[in-house]
Amino acid sequence: MNGKKTSGQKLLGFLGANSVPIMFIIIIAFCIPVVGFSPTFLLNEIVTRLSRNAFLILSLLIPIMAGMGLNFGMTLGAMAAEIALIFVTDWQIWGIPGMVLAMILSVPLSALLGLLCGKILNAAKGREMITSYIISFFMNGMYQLVVLYMMGSIIPILHNNIKLPRGYGVRSSVDLTHIRKCLDNLLAVNVAGVRIPLLTILIIAAMCLVIVWFRRTKLGQDMRAVGQDMEVARAAGIDVERTRLISIVISTVLAGIGMVIYLQNMGDMATYSSHSQIGMFCIAALLVGGASVDKASIGNVFLGVILFHTMFILAPSAGAKITGNEVIGEYFRVFVSYGVITIALVMYETKKRREKAGIGQQLAAAQKEGDK
Amino acid sequence: MSEMNKTGAPVAGKVREALREFGLPRLIIAAFLLLMFIIAPFTGANFWSQITNVFNRFSWNAVLVLAMVPMVHSGCGLNFGLPVGIIAGLLGATLSIEWGFTGPVSFFMAILIATPFAIAFGLAYGWLLNKIKGGEMMIATYVGFSVVSFFCMMWLVLPYTKGDMAWGFEGTGLRTTFPIDKYYGGVLSNFLRIQIGKLVIPTGALLFFALLAFLIWAFLHTKTGTAMTAVGSNPVFARAAGINVDRIRMLSVVMSTWLAAVGILVYEQGFGFVQLYNAPFNMALPAVSAILIGGATANKASITNVVIGTILFQGIVTMTPTVMNGLINLDISEVLRMVVSNGMILYALTRKTEATR
Repeated sequence: MNGKKTSGQKLLGFLGANSVPIMFIIIIAFCIPVVGFSPTFLLNEIVTRLSRNAFLILSLLIPIMAGMGLNFGMTLGAMAAEIALIFVTDWQIWGIPGMVLAMILSVPLSALLGLLCGKILNAAKGREMITSYIISFFMNGMYQLVVLYMMGSIIPILHNNIKLPRGYGVRSSVDLTHIRKCLDNLLAVNVAGVRIPLLTILIIAAMCLVIVWFRRTKLGQDMRAVGQDMEVARAAGIDVERTRLISIVISTVLAGIGMVIYLQNMGDMATYSSHSQIGMFCIAALLVGGASVDKASIGNVFLGVILFHTMFILAPSAGAKITGNEVIGEYFRVFVSYGVITIALVMYETKKRREKAGIGQQLAAAQKEGDK
Repeated sequence: MSEMNKTGAPVAGKVREALREFGLPRLIIAAFLLLMFIIAPFTGANFWSQITNVFNRFSWNAVLVLAMVPMVHSGCGLNFGLPVGIIAGLLGATLSIEWGFTGPVSFFMAILIATPFAIAFGLAYGWLLNKIKGGEMMIATYVGFSVVSFFCMMWLVLPYTKGDMAWGFEGTGLRTTFPIDKYYGGVLSNFLRIQIGKLVIPTGALLFFALLAFLIWAFLHTKTGTAMTAVGSNPVFARAAGINVDRIRMLSVVMSTWLAAVGILVYEQGFGFVQLYNAPFNMALPAVSAILIGGATANKASITNVVIGTILFQGIVTMTPTVMNGLINLDISEVLRMVVSNGMILYALTRKTEATR
């Protein structure tokens, strides 16, 4: 917003306003010497995780713009992507065509799920987050019903190697070897020992540009208006419900595509658990990058991925070095993820209350003025 | 026309009103459970052992569901932060065993030891919830998760030494699950247990729940209890009437937390095992949906809601696996439980009448 400021001032202001990222930088600065990883290894890991996760996290930005908070329902998109990937693997379409087909297949499915999610969220205004959080659990049950019981019995699955031995249901792990890193390896470059998946990064960059462009469109402006004040937006003739619905659908579709990118990098899909943690880790990463429930930028996404995942890489080894127990590091990073989300939510709610109180005081002051 | 309305409409209206009051999802769930009971004998399952199962599961879980009541009454919403209290209970359980108590004594010592933890946690948790009025449910969820994951580290680090709980060789950290038959396993369930053929009634556990439920009921009818209800139904009005809203809310959170601590101990004595680490993560949602199934809303809950809800929810949980297995040799109970419990919470969250607080 303050375009006049120099980049140095911007950075200072940014650090001043964001205690969470600073805390993370301190943790990381403390862990790096303890663990003693080589810079090349660390950079390689960070670049891999950046290209793996950034698209998924970008999908969270639009609902925040529309004032719907952190979209825990992004898990729905991830589920759609997994179903698409199961089919593609079953049809044995490998490499880039397989991946593109999976993306295409995921779109109608995640759009449908997003529509459903958006409808429910419109009925639960003011508590979108807890509702979208419960939706993700609810749909996880539905997902299991489809994948564990219907696939192979009602929905045709051709090959036995992805079916459970009992004849129906998908195995707990789907092998994506033939799709593994097909996007990352195309156009990959090596810079001083660090492998950079150029194409993936280009796609992420293109997505960022699309989001920047989207903010300037009529729809984007409407979303921001709805996010600031629903009643004012309604008075201005914006169809609030429809705008909110669209923001959730876009987010879910993007999450689906992001999940395909994520899984092609992993090269292996845990059928019943890949999606369950993804929402939490993406949201935590975004918040670590300095975003809040009502404000998030593309910068937050990248800073967040880098800081959060550096911590992720370091924590187990740091835990092992300090306490002699690697498991502690793993629990620590889960604790930090939950803790960060908690802190962000608390900060958001206290800020909201303070603003409300501020408005009340202003009104009282105005009344006093009037009395005089 | 008017003649007809006088006679026909009131009855139809009353029926419709009663149905609306009861709620369609509740009706479906109750009908489903009834259907399960009717089908069960045809699948070869013994009717009385089914009833016994439902009784047992009820006695394990009812106190955890009861822990929802105080917070709902004071307007703090559904207590998604149940794990906070559960952790206090687990501290009581492990410390009681660590300090060498056995048998029934260990159960009451566990409650006694858990109490200061529950009060301390409850005060901190209540203080936080007072800071963020209106956003309780989401934050409660994540406070619960944070506490559980923090204690995942603590169970590893804290210097427990008792061989029954700690990892044997390394001597560091507690096991994920350990049996408690030497300590307080079945302490309540076996007390005054009644057995008629295949029907077994865990009288002691039911009486214990009845006692706690009565205490809560009695409390809600005292002056402070009425104040709590007033705070829940209209905080502005309550403040105008001179009630200290924040203190009442704090009290309700401490009560809920303590009940959750006792609730997990009751659960363990029935289940026969103590589960640490990630187990408390999954405890909140079943309890929340049970009380909702029982007819509670986000700001109204009674003891009756607790009893009905726990019976319906646990009934479905215990009946579906047996019936489904017998019928089509397919166990979709886990999926069904997820869909039913979360669907019920969604239903409650999206109802307009409950949205305005």
